[in-house]
Amino acid sequence: MIRKTVRFLDQRTGDAPLVRKTLRYLFPDHWSFLLGEVALYSFVILVLTGTYLAFFYTPSTKEITYHGPYAPLRGQQMSEAYHSVLDISTSVRAGLLIRQTHHWAADVFIAAIFLHLLRVFFTGAYRKPRELTYVIGITILVVSLLEGYMGYSLVDDLLSGMGLAIGYAVAISLPFVGGNFGELIWHGPFPGTEAFWSRMYIAHVFLVPALLALLLTAHLGLVALKHHTQFRRSDPRATQRKLVGVPLYPGQTPRSLGLFLITAGVLFLLGGLVQINPIWLWGPYHTYLSTNGAQPDWYLGWLIGGLRLVPGFDVTIGSYTLVPNPFWGGALFPLVVFGFLLAWPMLERRFITHDDGFHNLADRPRDAPLRTAIGIGVFTWVTLVFVAGGIDRVAVMFDLSYTAAIWAFRFLIWVIPVLFGVIAYRVCVELQRGEEAERVRKRAEHRAKAMAES
Amino acid sequence: MSRIKDLLVSLTVLLMGRGRPSLPERERIVPDEPANPGWELVAVALFGLGALSAIAFPVLYGLADHLSHENQWFGLSLGLAFVFIGAALVVTAHKLIATEELEEDYPPEEHPEEQETIVQVVEESGSRFTRRGLFMLSLGGAGGALGLALLTPLVSLGPVFRIAPFFGTPWRRGRRLVDEHGRPWKASDIEEDTFYTAFPEGADREELGSPIVLVRLPEERLKLPASLAHYPANGIVAYSKICTHAGCAISLYRTPLFQPDEPRPALVCPCHYSTFDPGDGGTVLFGPAGRKLPMLPLEIDGRGELRAAGNFDEAVGPSWWGVRNRKPGPS
Amino acid sequence: MRLAAVIVVALACAGAASAQSPLVTRGEHLYGRYCASCHGMNGVATPRTIGAGPGRSQAQQRAVAPSLRGVGARAADFYLRTGYMPLQHVGEQPRRSRVIFDEGQIRALIAYVASLGGGPPIPQPHPERGDISLGQHLFTDHCAGCHQIAAEGGYVTGAIPPPLEDATATQVAQAVRIGPYVMPRFSRKAITTHQLDSLIAYVEYAKHPDDPGGWAIGHLGPVPEGLVTWFIAMVALVLTCLAIGKRLRSHE
Repeated sequence: MIRKTVRFLDQRTGDAPLVRKTLRYLFPDHWSFLLGEVALYSFVILVLTGTYLAFFYTPSTKEITYHGPYAPLRGQQMSEAYHSVLDISTSVRAGLLIRQTHHWAADVFIAAIFLHLLRVFFTGAYRKPRELTYVIGITILVVSLLEGYMGYSLVDDLLSGMGLAIGYAVAISLPFVGGNFGELIWHGPFPGTEAFWSRMYIAHVFLVPALLALLLTAHLGLVALKHHTQFRRSDPRATQRKLVGVPLYPGQTPRSLGLFLITAGVLFLLGGLVQINPIWLWGPYHTYLSTNGAQPDWYLGWLIGGLRLVPGFDVTIGSYTLVPNPFWGGALFPLVVFGFLLAWPMLERRFITHDDGFHNLADRPRDAPLRTAIGIGVFTWVTLVFVAGGIDRVAVMFDLSYTAAIWAFRFLIWVIPVLFGVIAYRVCVELQRGEEAERVRKRAEHRAKAMAES
Repeated sequence: MSRIKDLLVSLTVLLMGRGRPSLPERERIVPDEPANPGWELVAVALFGLGALSAIAFPVLYGLADHLSHENQWFGLSLGLAFVFIGAALVVTAHKLIATEELEEDYPPEEHPEEQETIVQVVEESGSRFTRRGLFMLSLGGAGGALGLALLTPLVSLGPVFRIAPFFGTPWRRGRRLVDEHGRPWKASDIEEDTFYTAFPEGADREELGSPIVLVRLPEERLKLPASLAHYPANGIVAYSKICTHAGCAISLYRTPLFQPDEPRPALVCPCHYSTFDPGDGGTVLFGPAGRKLPMLPLEIDGRGELRAAGNFDEAVGPSWWGVRNRKPGPS
Repeated sequence: MRLAAVIVVALACAGAASAQSPLVTRGEHLYGRYCASCHGMNGVATPRTIGAGPGRSQAQQRAVAPSLRGVGARAADFYLRTGYMPLQHVGEQPRRSRVIFDEGQIRALIAYVASLGGGPPIPQPHPERGDISLGQHLFTDHCAGCHQIAAEGGYVTGAIPPPLEDATATQVAQAVRIGPYVMPRFSRKAITTHQLDSLIAYVEYAKHPDDPGGWAIGHLGPVPEGLVTWFIAMVALVLTCLAIGKRLRSHE
């Protein structure tokens, strides 16, 4: 049976050499190498659940009156878009499950990308020959943030409308071109025209997912061509030139499939058991309405932090507004962070290691103390700004002064990262020293033993 | 009858009976390892649980009308189906499949010969050209021009070069202030210590320039600059309801019950807590807003109804490069 | 007009004083003990210096607490039953806290404050007569900016608008009309009785909304959702990765 199938396919496609090679493609075994897979599988779930949602969604801001089953909104004016998502949540059987799973999958997708990025960064896995893989990976993260933002904006509930208003403010805050750029996207000043919703819809369900799929293909293709990095310590045979790993078949296939199914399982369990974005509670958006405690999804929380921390000023020359305020926190801040991430492999090579060699062996964080220190510093910086974005909620819960907290953060976001960076550096160096001492001791013991035996 | 029995017996033996497949004698590729029947049963049990959970989903779907918490049941059945089958596969990977860790050479760092060949092919292919630079320039120029031409239709996406829409608001002298249901606001409706949302009569309420917030302040609270001194009507002041920072609606009015001990009156945006002083023409007291709130001049007509006495003193909405260039006008 | 009001109040006070019931007398004693140091004897805050401070005008330096003449049973009932009063320090935001008086003492204090003159009685809202959809819309328009759309509470510069989960229907009705601390105050003209009933109907609903999606994680949206993403989903998935993949061992 097996033999027959293999022969049938080979005779008609000539695939046997390729399949043979593919089956024995090696995956170095380390748990942290699976984080990227979690992201990939979340993406698959996103595409599947998203397609289902698109069967029911209406991308229109036409105002209609609600007569559905949810009493607190009956008789209210709302856009067709919001109405259709309300229907998905209340009237389409299993619609809420799919919607919630889609939303959880988005949150998990980006969380997994982020952890994957940390792993790649702190192990130096981005070094030659894998810089392109890394750059594409960062691009995937950027595009995913945009995709997620458009996803929850399409609902047109109160939170999403407020989020779009802020997005618009950041878009038009770009120096020199902002106003024109905003008009281009929204087809006029906010809230734009009907055309904007068609645009956002096609972008969210087709253009950006297609781009993501393309980038993912390129990312995975490059990984396959150059193979994974590996840890020196995972197997004594692993070297710069020798790859040690589990073959795709039979070893890796059930692992990856199992991970895919468990990822899907976690997402569906969350979709069923934990309520996410209860849009019926938020109500429809109108430009003149807002609510306290409005926040973006977690992966954009750092930008809200940036927007809140900047003191109130616009940079002006006469009556010309050179830099409107939202630019700093909403545009420049992410540009700096992503610019740093994209440039890092080059910066490290040019200014720190002066190392142009090939690296198939991944570092442990302690092996490169300066990289670890800088990475921890930048990561702490972004995290602190992220925390500042939700500090109002903390202020409410612990009865602190929000204004005082904002002033403290304006100062702390510069001090704590440096402090943490220095600590990280010291820890790495100490760990290295400890290991060196251990090695010396072992060698001496070994020698003493040999002496004693002879 | 006995044939059916035979069939059942042989089926049971086939499914339940143990025995490893006999493979032809040859050198193995996948290494041989001892059987693990206990874990095999675990995997089978997990697959079984997965199958049961999976079957439960369509059943629950059909019964949804009789269920409370249908979403929870759906998620539980489908989620557990995935988790059980996934767990079975992980067990398979760890316990039932030969654990191989093979070694293999990394692909070569580079292929100098192939690189050379590529360079050669490209270089030699251009050997008939005499004005190479000119040719490349014209090719690049043509390509660029074509690309630019193809991008042109994108300009239609929005009125890119018309900035007038940013300055347009539906307000003009004499326009009545109405509430959400279109009823005119009378000056006598507006009381101290609270806030009201108003719109220009008959205009699109969703436009950023439309919604305003109305508050009445006691005379001693009004400390307006000279240029805005005539904007209030009878102590009633009107500001754009759209925050000049990021465009959210200003739906917080902080108004102390007992002035001496409590924070002073302020309009606050809930997005980034920009805080504006309603007594001082909307200046920023705290938060990231870079401009004061635009203020709308008011007048009271013969019937006691509130009307706009002109347009805002500043452009409405978040800042952009030209926001300070012009005063707003009719849209 | 104002003169007439003063006369009416004065007459009412005189009447109350002449025929003071035992309840009011008891309330007066309690008042003297717990309230008079700020609100003054007979509910009139005596001008007293609270000290100069940045941004405090002359008038502000003198005042201590608002006069309780004319605030009526409505305010007394609200501030006492929420535990808002007595305050620890003058000027701080009143918070829902343990009520230090027993029922009898509260009644006595309410009776005493009411006896000070002409204030409104304790309101009796009827949320069951309200329209929940109208209430939702009114809440979005008037309340959500501070109290958050699902009445979970929020933040405003300088104060913390409380969550409404513990607020009774009566207390919501009182707060809307009184406007405690920095909250706006809505008269019958601004929010009619029917609108108030609708508003309360929505607040009552928002305390325990239908949560068809499962565990509600506080009706706060993205912040708790992010926490669940990281501390439940990602923890579960990283543990899965750890179970599937190999870990480095230090002995090698």
